[in-house]
Amino acid sequence: MAKLVKAATAGFDEKNDVLVTVEPIASGVEVDLTSKVMHQYGKHIEEFIKKVVADAGFDGVKVIAQDKNAWDYTIKARVLGALERGSKA
Amino acid sequence: MLNKVNREIPLTIPALKGREVYQGEFALEAKTKRAGRPMHTTLAHTSKVLVSIDEAIEKTGLKDGMTISFHHHFRNGDYVMKLVMDRIHEKGIKDLTIATSSLSPCHDFLIDMIKDGTVTALETSGVRDALGKFLTQNPGALKRPLVIRPHGGRARAVTCGDVHIDVAFLGVPTCDPRGNATGMIGKSACGALGYAMVDAQYADQTVLITDNLVDYVYPYSIPQTNVDYVVAVEEIGDPNGIASGAIGITRNPVQLKIAEMAAQFLDEAGIIEEGFSFQLGAGGAPLAVAKNISEKLKAKGVVGGFGVGGATGVLAGMLEEGLIKAVYDTQTFDTAAAASLHNNPNHIEMSASMYANPWTDCMVNHLDVVFLGATEVDTDFNVNCMTDSNGVLMGASGGHSDTAAGAKVTVITCPLIRGRLPMVRDHVQTVITPGSSVDVIVTERGLAINPARQDLIEKLQGSDLPIFTIEELQKMAYDRVGKPEDIKVSDKDEDIVAIVEYRDGSIIDVVRKPLD
Repeated sequence: MAKLVKAATAGFDEKNDVLVTVEPIASGVEVDLTSKVMHQYGKHIEEFIKKVVADAGFDGVKVIAQDKNAWDYTIKARVLGALERGSKA
Repeated sequence: MLNKVNREIPLTIPALKGREVYQGEFALEAKTKRAGRPMHTTLAHTSKVLVSIDEAIEKTGLKDGMTISFHHHFRNGDYVMKLVMDRIHEKGIKDLTIATSSLSPCHDFLIDMIKDGTVTALETSGVRDALGKFLTQNPGALKRPLVIRPHGGRARAVTCGDVHIDVAFLGVPTCDPRGNATGMIGKSACGALGYAMVDAQYADQTVLITDNLVDYVYPYSIPQTNVDYVVAVEEIGDPNGIASGAIGITRNPVQLKIAEMAAQFLDEAGIIEEGFSFQLGAGGAPLAVAKNISEKLKAKGVVGGFGVGGATGVLAGMLEEGLIKAVYDTQTFDTAAAASLHNNPNHIEMSASMYANPWTDCMVNHLDVVFLGATEVDTDFNVNCMTDSNGVLMGASGGHSDTAAGAKVTVITCPLIRGRLPMVRDHVQTVITPGSSVDVIVTERGLAINPARQDLIEKLQGSDLPIFTIEELQKMAYDRVGKPEDIKVSDKDEDIVAIVEYRDGSIIDVVRKPLD
């Protein structure tokens, strides 16, 4: 299992984007999501982020996502970007 | 009780006792006479001009429990409602119903007056911003649910007495001491006064409030014979909020694509021909459609009939160029159109009744085609332009259902996806216009023709336009962003936020409080 060495962010606080911050935690994957489409896609986005983190082989990650209507491909790119940045010392 | 658009209408709540549910666009027949104001003897050589709004409130005998009205021709630049309501508040008059033609963000001050019981009922076409949120989240703040009416429906309700206005407080940009008034000139010029014309005629008492009192006014939109009092004040509005500069055509590529396809559809359906009449909204896409229509009229060498406003400079420009013969205007959106109304005899002002009242000969009944926007549509072609994707009041019924019912062809322009949200839903949150009035929905990725319009479907066979079924359009959106979950709303009677009237006064939907 890959581990974060530090907190890192990716993305922007812009329309159709999501600002993602990842932080190392002891174990598991936690998602703290705020979203413009919480009622319509909140559950989906949380599960999707957990899947992206797991598929990338990471554990011990807290993901803070501030979403402004990003589509899934953008969310995936931002989560992967943040994980990569947080993996380097 | 289920209505014709499959909405459950709770006829048992007090506000809906004895009401009809929506049964179809022209299902209800008028069975009443026109309402009328009481006659007043007018003594010779008396003046209607009062020194203050306070004096007008006193002279009209305004008291607790009455209904007062305003118009929305000053849009977000309106000072009149606040000027009047502040004085009413100061005098401690309570329990008023405000029956206004619409509300803008500048009317958010009403929240405090609802909280302290000055205003206990509201009837309007539109409500948005802080007031829309407040009313959505606090259904008990008013003593009965908000009533939402389309423009034609309001004109009907006022002219038949469903809405009884005790006192109309009407801002007018120019007025003479006898009460002849126009919106075409003055520092607060707004163009047409179509909504005010109806209230002035039917309210028990009419008070005009102006910031430009002159000796004589002609032509006038409101005649002295409908006016009881005139009050001059410093300012009735903010010119920048009343009328925008000439509204430009959008540069948004999605909107332009939609407009191009909508115009091509019209052309291929054989609608753009000698004498054809149309109405366009004031949004970016409809104005771009106007440009495309102009080009097609020129290319064919034919002249259209009349255009209906919500007039903009784009429509006025078509009149000026001789591409159409007349513009009928009930409210004027920009300064270029206001100048046209003043200067061009074929730019004709009309009352809201003449525009869209279903119980009289209204202009929408003579439309060949109307272009309208939508907040969202559904697979039954129903349209919502009142509540947002979270069920919060943020729009207006406007002339949407009026024009859609009257026009031979109703074209809805709407992006397929906004942000992440698909705009073709299984069921719209709030039905304003029934799907039976809607013929075509145009999105940037293609258009869908209502299966009820086989004639249009046949005409468009062989077209190179991307024509799909409405279900195919919905799937295209879902393939990109996924299917959204429905928002949850309260099913309790006391959580009914608003009653949505169709133009004939029947109930087409109710707005319920969203649950978190």
